[in-house]
Amino acid sequence: MPVPSSVLAAAAPVWDWGYALEVLPDLLRALVVTIEITLLGSALAMALGLVIAVLRRARIPVLDQVVWAFVEVVRSTPLLVQIFFLFIVAPRFGLTLSAFLVGVLALGVHYACYTSEVYRAGIDAVPRGQWEAATALSLPHSRTWTAVILPQALPRVLPALGNYVISMFKEVPLLLAIGVVEVVNAAREAGSQTFRFVEPYTIAGLLFLALSYPASMLVRRLERRVGTV
Amino acid sequence: MPDNLPRIVAVLLDGLPSTVIAAVGGIALTIVLSFAAGLSLLARRRAVRVLARIYVEGFRGTSEVVQLFWIYFVLPVLVGLQLVPLYAGVLVLGLNHGAYGAEIVRGAVQSVPRAQYEGCTALGLSPAQRMRRVILPQAVVEMLPPFNNLCIQLLKSTAILSLITVADVTRQGVQVLIPNFGPDTELIFAVMAVVYLVLALLITAVMRVAERVAARRVGRRPTRAARGSTVTPAGAR
Repeated sequence: MPVPSSVLAAAAPVWDWGYALEVLPDLLRALVVTIEITLLGSALAMALGLVIAVLRRARIPVLDQVVWAFVEVVRSTPLLVQIFFLFIVAPRFGLTLSAFLVGVLALGVHYACYTSEVYRAGIDAVPRGQWEAATALSLPHSRTWTAVILPQALPRVLPALGNYVISMFKEVPLLLAIGVVEVVNAAREAGSQTFRFVEPYTIAGLLFLALSYPASMLVRRLERRVGTV
Repeated sequence: MPDNLPRIVAVLLDGLPSTVIAAVGGIALTIVLSFAAGLSLLARRRAVRVLARIYVEGFRGTSEVVQLFWIYFVLPVLVGLQLVPLYAGVLVLGLNHGAYGAEIVRGAVQSVPRAQYEGCTALGLSPAQRMRRVILPQAVVEMLPPFNNLCIQLLKSTAILSLITVADVTRQGVQVLIPNFGPDTELIFAVMAVVYLVLALLITAVMRVAERVAARRVGRRPTRAARGSTVTPAGAR
């Protein structure tokens, strides 16, 4: 609970540079954790998303409906609830995961349900003639995918995937709910020792801005180069 | 059927008012901010454009959780105004999604063909009339599908209010039910998922109606009167 503002206002200046520098190392360490989770989660989301997209194209009865329902449920329920779900339910089936790993899995699976739609759009954008040509050349199914379809589909989906990586980065703080020491949690811990929250939370916000703004600029440039789906 | 189901549903529904207030309040604020900032991004004055750009990039560039904690824990220290958790949540949901909505509004307004502007000039409409009577009605049709996604995004984001002690559906489930009905954990999560799914479906249903109304207003789809005619309305898909 925050201390009444009148107390703080009397005790110290609104912004204390010394204190800001003091908490910065902790926040930077937490930023590294945040980036690690983002990169691992993104790798999972990109791989699993592609699997889901290719699987759904195969239209295997029953499996197709199951995957569809899974994607819809994941996309329509809060990520925070899914994080709690994995954190609380997995141990009940004898699968005890660290909070870090729960974070990577929850974010990865959640975003896979979004990236699968991106891949789908990218695959759909490959002209029909490419499939027909592959059939005419009697390429095996696997070669059609790896040598014809995906090389054309993937460049166009890169900007959209990049945007999801940035979104994921900004959603990592949800993991503070299960005790992962990412940036916001580190800021909270620093603040609760000194009862000064202005500097830690403000720096936390600036750290996110400092990384995600340039990243989104890069994605925009990529978008102009390769187009988008 | 598990014995505890009625009680689980009842406790989760206790959190429904908070979730719904947060979602509806957040959506209302999002719409206002989206239009204000989106149109400002297209303003003639540079200062207005720059201010809107700072708002949009500032909120899109930082994490929603940071924004929530900043408004709930930092703002009181800076301006001496302590918001009730639910209102702090509505404010953050609106500010955050308004920044995304601003880009939707900007894009939709820009997608209206140039000839429409020229037509307005030819008819001698003032810039305000042009925007209100010609450009916006067409832009709104383009905006609604992305706004549907944005509203569902916002609905899901209401769960973060549980982090600042708002007793919403998520908090009721995770903090109240699970410690007390441990063996029914999977069931609790299933009911929570259903609650959010139903709310998301409701939003989509409302937006579908809005899409139809907006499309009809600009003649994109045949109205009842025009349905018999053989002339295809301009822009019909």
